[in-house]
Amino acid sequence: MTIYIPTPLRPYAAGKDALEVQAGTVSAALDELTRAFPDLRKHLFTEEGKLRAFVNVYLNDEDVRYLPEKDATAVSATDTLSIVPSIAGGR
Amino acid sequence: MLRVTRTVYDAIRAHGEETYPHECCGALLGRATREGWLIEAAVKAGNTRTDSAHNRYHIAPAELVKIEREARRRGLSIGGFYHSHPDHPAQWSPTDFAEAHWLGCSYVITAVAQGKATVTNSFLLAGVTEEDKRFENENIELIEPADESPENESLADPAESKKA
Repeated sequence: MTIYIPTPLRPYAAGKDALEVQAGTVSAALDELTRAFPDLRKHLFTEEGKLRAFVNVYLNDEDVRYLPEKDATAVSATDTLSIVPSIAGGR
Repeated sequence: MLRVTRTVYDAIRAHGEETYPHECCGALLGRATREGWLIEAAVKAGNTRTDSAHNRYHIAPAELVKIEREARRRGLSIGGFYHSHPDHPAQWSPTDFAEAHWLGCSYVITAVAQGKATVTNSFLLAGVTEEDKRFENENIELIEPADESPENESLADPAESKKA
């Protein structure tokens, strides 16, 4: 599957905007990503190993947090995983 | 420094006037250069904060996924975001800072006074982690139409950009 890396995290992924990984679940795919680029881990996960609150992970067009099996959801080779930091603010 | 085509600059300011008295928001697509981001397109986004749209904005992550897909299709990257401050200065707020997570990207804010776009400022989210992030003022350099290449047209509705 393809994992798309957002602009702010590319400096910690050798400048890549995407990485092809072989994995059976969302969680395993993220593990592959951080195994390939260990510096990404602290940007994606808290010290307790939970996904940081402002980091959204989408399996194709679905928010992984709202999938019945969350990050244990099975993935196929044609799926895409998008990492999208949140964007918000106001005066 | 943030370099932006005149077409994009006009479009994001017009967007702020269009949504007044609510905040507008959107993404800026471009290329990373040695001098900073070169923004070639703006993509309007919906503001999901309908509960407090006059002083808050939020772009749905699902919409961001689609915007990133569009950026890849065009060979561009998300280089920043824009939003408006209705009847408020074009300066980042504590809320803007707390909610800013795109390190290395530009946050462009347009003040819209009584429905008219006034000042537009850009702030680079500098730093390498959430813990040491900071906003730095950055100049905006406009690239006039004569210097824009044909493919550098904005994704925003051209009719809207003419209102500015």
